[in-house]
Amino acid sequence: MSDLTDLGIRQIRDGVAGGDFSAREVAEAFNAAVAAAKPLNAFIVETPDHALAAADKVDQARAAGETLPPMAGVPIGMKDLFCTHGVQTTAASHILEGFKPEYESTVSQNLWNAGAGMLGKLNLDQFAMGSSNETSYFGNVISPWRRNDGGNAPLAPGGSSGGSAAVVAGRIAPGATGTDTGGSIRQPAAFVGISGIKPTYGRCSRWGTIAFASSLDQAGPMARDVRDCAIMLEAMSGFDPKDATSLDLPVPKWEEGLNASMAGKRVGIPREYRVDNMPEEIEALWQQGIAWMRDAGAEIVEVSLPHTRYALPAYYIIAPAEASSNLARYDGVRFGQRDLPEGANLQDMYAATREAGFGDEVKRRILIGTYVLSAGFYDAYFTQASKVRTLIAQDFERAWKRCDVLLTPTAPSAAFALGEKSADPLAMYLNDVFTVPSSLAGLPAMSVPGGLDKAGLPLGLQVIGRALDEQGVLDAALAIEERAGFVARPERWW
Amino acid sequence: MSVDTATVKRVAKLARIAIRDEEASRLAPELGNILGWIEQLGEVDTSSVQPMTAVIPNRLRLRDDVVTDGNIRAQVLANAPQAEHGFFTVPKVIE
Repeated sequence: MSDLTDLGIRQIRDGVAGGDFSAREVAEAFNAAVAAAKPLNAFIVETPDHALAAADKVDQARAAGETLPPMAGVPIGMKDLFCTHGVQTTAASHILEGFKPEYESTVSQNLWNAGAGMLGKLNLDQFAMGSSNETSYFGNVISPWRRNDGGNAPLAPGGSSGGSAAVVAGRIAPGATGTDTGGSIRQPAAFVGISGIKPTYGRCSRWGTIAFASSLDQAGPMARDVRDCAIMLEAMSGFDPKDATSLDLPVPKWEEGLNASMAGKRVGIPREYRVDNMPEEIEALWQQGIAWMRDAGAEIVEVSLPHTRYALPAYYIIAPAEASSNLARYDGVRFGQRDLPEGANLQDMYAATREAGFGDEVKRRILIGTYVLSAGFYDAYFTQASKVRTLIAQDFERAWKRCDVLLTPTAPSAAFALGEKSADPLAMYLNDVFTVPSSLAGLPAMSVPGGLDKAGLPLGLQVIGRALDEQGVLDAALAIEERAGFVARPERWW
Repeated sequence: MSVDTATVKRVAKLARIAIRDEEASRLAPELGNILGWIEQLGEVDTSSVQPMTAVIPNRLRLRDDVVTDGNIRAQVLANAPQAEHGFFTVPKVIE
């Protein structure tokens, strides 16, 4: 039954409901794929029993003639940023090694309520800080893709949701959860040729998701196609009284509403997204995307988002500032690792615990955040960045008067090799140039595969929409998907 | 923007992260680079702009003032690196 792993979320859901195969057969097939995928280092913990138990429940419900929930029988990967009851949750850090939450995050609970099962906890950049999955305490995730030059240089799966990207692209899971603070769903989705959507800020509850930058963090699905993303996003979303910024709105029926016609819609092309040194192939793909949108019936309009170039520096103040505050909780007292040198007092214990428990990139960001929030610098950095954030949001507001969605590349390059950018933090940060502005404005945005570059690696296109208009984003992405006919997949080497 | 090692050590102290001298020396130019890059924000005229406080306009809710949980001491302490007699324990703070 190995071909069951070729199926996506919709096909599994419909096949289980229709009796073509049992949920248990699906779970067993994916559990086997997980067990065989160790060279990718995509999982921190494997949970085959969780997947089987969820599947058996679905099979029993079906046998009893009950109505099946919307993701019945679909086993998924869970980014290790979501707290899972009794299953180690680390955010890929040493400081949380061994931490087994006594509670379940709202997003993961929503998925279990929808009939999904868990294959395991997925590796990521430590505390979701990174764009290449090279900052994990548990080692790099290796992309299932390789360049077509005959070399075997291990490639970055993108980050921070690198494990999620690798397993969905490698047919090791039909879908996986991601989280996106500045592009952590969209950039890895683009790097491995899959789809991923970050919904409007507040759609998915943040409760039980380990916090990085609370005003930006949003969960979302990563899956093989647009329809699968719609199904999974519906299951993940919804009002949660336990999250103060959760949107108290009904969850739209995104899957039912899917419509790939762009007739009567206007697609904006932001001129400021044409950056220096952008590879020709990215520009060519963007032009191809514009042609696809036109073919789908859309009118193309050029728009201006004048503060785009300030989005990244604003982000690298706001996100580290919030992180330095959020990560203050890791003090070696209530949970996680403690480092207590001989004769140490309480302050020494804090400092030693955090020195030993955090990786380099996490420390770097905590230090930047502490610096920009410190006395005498707060206004010049943090307040100024928050004002620039207002200007960036206003840029988008003005654009929505002229268009319904925006179309841009997802990332300024295809996947790079592991180690290629890790020596220069700034070069790594620049990878998020196209994804950060919509994060700062809280807008829904999605990456969908568009084609391959000369080296045979996937490239993604990004659709950005108005707040709460996930439907418009999904529809435009579907129009691209239908025209791109992207069927490339990594050849199995692991 | 240049950041010296004394500044790195001061910030690390504020952040409660122990730092060795050679690490502070390595981090000083790195942080200087990043902070120099973000300083371009100063170019933007924001004199008539309010800082963003909520990305999606959303009224903060009040909940009923009632107890919704409790009696879960064992769960609260379950992940503590060191817990004794139903408390979190830390090195002695008061002589």
